[in-house]
Amino acid sequence: MSTKTPNDRRRFLLSIARGIGLSAMGALVWSAYVGEVKAAPLVLRPPGALDEAEFIKNCIKCGLCVEACPYDTLILARPGDNLPIGTPFFTPRSVPCYMCTDIPCVPVCPSGALNEPSVSSYVKNKAVLDINKSRMGLAVVDESSCIAMWGIQCDACYRACPLLGEAITIETSKNERTGKHAFLKPVVHADVCTGCGMCEHACVTEIAAIHILPRALAMGKVGDHYIKGWDKADEKRLEGASIEVTKTKMSEKSALDSLNDEGGL
Amino acid sequence: MKNYRYLILRRLTQITLMVLYIGANVWGWKMLRGNLSTSSILGTIPLSDPYAVIQIAVTGASLGMDILLGALIVTLFYGVIGGRAFCSWVCPINIITDTAAWLRRALKFSEVQKRFYMSRSLRYWILGLSLILSALMGVAAFELISPISMAHRGLIFGMGMGGGALVVIFLFDLLVHENGWCGYVCPLGATYSLIGKFSLIRVFHDAEKCTDCRSCITVCPEKEVLHMINRSSESVLMGECTNCGRCVDVCQEDALGFSIRSFTKQPKDEE
Ligand code: SF4
Ligand code: SF4
Ligand code: SF4
Ligand code: SF4
Ligand code: SF4
Repeated sequence: MSTKTPNDRRRFLLSIARGIGLSAMGALVWSAYVGEVKAAPLVLRPPGALDEAEFIKNCIKCGLCVEACPYDTLILARPGDNLPIGTPFFTPRSVPCYMCTDIPCVPVCPSGALNEPSVSSYVKNKAVLDINKSRMGLAVVDESSCIAMWGIQCDACYRACPLLGEAITIETSKNERTGKHAFLKPVVHADVCTGCGMCEHACVTEIAAIHILPRALAMGKVGDHYIKGWDKADEKRLEGASIEVTKTKMSEKSALDSLNDEGGL
Repeated sequence: MKNYRYLILRRLTQITLMVLYIGANVWGWKMLRGNLSTSSILGTIPLSDPYAVIQIAVTGASLGMDILLGALIVTLFYGVIGGRAFCSWVCPINIITDTAAWLRRALKFSEVQKRFYMSRSLRYWILGLSLILSALMGVAAFELISPISMAHRGLIFGMGMGGGALVVIFLFDLLVHENGWCGYVCPLGATYSLIGKFSLIRVFHDAEKCTDCRSCITVCPEKEVLHMINRSSESVLMGECTNCGRCVDVCQEDALGFSIRSFTKQPKDEE
């Protein structure tokens, strides 16, 4: 202790300060990069994946899901793919998810990033894998490039869908242009569609007119203040709901009074 | 061949592991699946990179049972046989950085190049920083830039542009600083230094036999750990030693060899 000169101490403090300075600089560059790749939202994850933010926290990038997939659907993001490096994703136009009933990709996941309960149903109190519960994305139709909307007969996506007649249905309407034909319009139902991408894979146009988007991008949200009055289950939400009234200076009196009192009218 | 015994053994281990991993992806072998971040032996025993798991833990993720168990198994294993044995016996980057170091020696770069100052403790700063960033950004920060995982994943699943990172490391070690990446920067190696602090398998130096030729210090990637050479007979105890055995290989006098660390008596010459 006593052998330390003030200069030693200064040198020591300075070297710590330098370390902190360099770390701060490194942290800036590093976090900028991490933030950049994290922000890539246009990515489709394997079945059972947690929400994107949780998924990239949890996935340890082992590739066990990739190796388990018999169709080579899944790929680990490589440098240059501009996605969080090493995480699994798929590109349905090249290889869709074939919705294996035994879902080999999910139970092998060691980190819980692919969540088995989210793709399981209960049959007689026993959990069984159920690929129909997966929500990898949502199919969205671009009506301007779908040839069925032009009146040309095509139901490629409808036929390709593993949940034929449920996830995609065909809506017919009269083709006023010819007067004697029908439009066979594919309609996707968000409550059933798994986002497997078989439809996108099958679509006959040059760039698929039906394509899978991550659910967070494709879907809106109504919020709590609308209730389907005609739906018993939805009506239930009203039970136990509390009414909140905001009181301001104006709303203390009845609306009519406060308008009349305003003056200058 | 005595001069290359451990070197050859290490390369064989590194390459065998690699072939097993690649075989799992290409031909569906069951022996060793996954990659160095997490693998599974015969589909039952999990192995996980403890550093990756710590990064994931600090993001606040829920942590699957398998990766926790895997990290525990790996930590115990290297805790006993020597932490940075991972570096010299498993990590694929080691082949690149060893090659760069060898070329640097052969071309005598270190003799002509003025050494710029880099602290050996830089890697511990980076280790700490990576954990802070992981916590703040909600994603394992080093795993997104790690050239080790890039190389390993690349070899198994396809390289993409990942080869670039490997070239950069090679050139850095060759042209900028001797043993620059593994000896100063890599936080994974730093983690294993900490894990192996109290490990049992150690290089032992017998100062009686030493002729002070300093061949060991020339080849050692972590020269500081050999501070006792020709001074005192003792084990190499610093966690930074990679248990690569190159010093044992090159010593003509049999003054270095692997031994089991003894906790009771540490033979030491008079100071
Ligand atoms: S469900 Fe089948 S096809 Fe789809 S990603 Fe998993 S293993 Fe591949
Ligand atoms: S198996 Fe799980 S942890 Fe491994 S890469 Fe796939 S999602 Fe990530
Ligand atoms: S993605 Fe397409 S094919 Fe798959 S379920 Fe949805 S509508 Fe059907
Ligand atoms: S220091 Fe890092 S890159 Fe070098 S061998 Fe060890 S783990 Fe691999
Ligand atoms: S002391 Fe020997 S075993 Fe340890 S790193 Fe140096 S050369 Fe390798």
